[in-house]
Amino acid sequence: MRLKCPTDFRIIRLPCTGKVDIIHILRSFEKGADGVFVVGCMEGDCHFDQGNFRARKKVEQAAKILDQIGVGGERVRMYNLSAGEGPLFAEYAIEMDKLIRELGPSPLKIAKNKKANAA
Amino acid sequence: MIIAEKKPIEEIIEEIKDFQRILILGCNECVTVCEAGGKKEVEILASALRMYFINKGNEKKIDEKTLERQCDHEYLEEIRENIDDYDAIVSLACGVGVQFAAEKYLTTPLVPGVNTVCLGANEDRGLWTERCQACGSCVLAKTGGICPVSRCAKRVLNGPCGGSTNGKCELGKDVDCAWQLIIDRLRALGKLDDYEKVAPIKDWSTDRAGGPRTVTREDVKI
Repeated sequence: MRLKCPTDFRIIRLPCTGKVDIIHILRSFEKGADGVFVVGCMEGDCHFDQGNFRARKKVEQAAKILDQIGVGGERVRMYNLSAGEGPLFAEYAIEMDKLIRELGPSPLKIAKNKKANAA
Repeated sequence: MIIAEKKPIEEIIEEIKDFQRILILGCNECVTVCEAGGKKEVEILASALRMYFINKGNEKKIDEKTLERQCDHEYLEEIRENIDDYDAIVSLACGVGVQFAAEKYLTTPLVPGVNTVCLGANEDRGLWTERCQACGSCVLAKTGGICPVSRCAKRVLNGPCGGSTNGKCELGKDVDCAWQLIIDRLRALGKLDDYEKVAPIKDWSTDRAGGPRTVTREDVKI
């Protein structure tokens, strides 16, 4: 399956999306990410029962924090698919890429560049 | 354990906005278990604050540390070496920890990062409920193990009052009548006769009415 997929995101593999914590999402932004998307199994199909539900909660909480600090909660999203749905993964990646391009670079990056240019 | 709740981040920002070097100090005990002020919450708050201030064009040094406990000298001493590196500390410990740290480090402003709520139990995932008010003279032996001081809104010692309907308190449908629970438990224990015994007037001097409380134990003093 040779699917076309954006090349500007990094995949971080986890044993289960239930491992995702708010801090992982926040740190991604601190380290320069413009957006984060978490891709878990279909709801109800979690091998560990509730991993993907936990992940969704964490994503929602991270989005709330990002809103509060002015980075923007819309930059983080949760998607669900089954392990056999490669084309759908590529579709989600394209969708996320498009969304982030529309939103532009993270406000953190802009603030940092502004400071660097002023110095 | 002591139950605490995270303060809104806006409130913390307001308190620390004038400081440049800040330490977020967590506690590994009760507040870790109730997911309000442990290592994880310290990391999240510190990260969020760092990003907020960068975004505002006012980058601050915000460090993280989580102590084993903030209500013991020996653990609080761990930050003495670095205390002068910070203009303020945001403590995510309960009110006890915040005050103990404040007493120890007189010239460093302490900002609480949580609201300390009660002494409670983890009834369900994400649900903590009050079980004790630390009144200082426990009556649980006589009330079937259910506390009328902490769980009855009126702290009635010979209940229930007239506000009890279908096992619920007049405060609302979600609040159990403590005295209904007591009667049910005494019945289950086969000790309903105990219910007939009138409780004497309680000595409230061991409660907050007697002022701040201390426990002095000569047997454990060295």
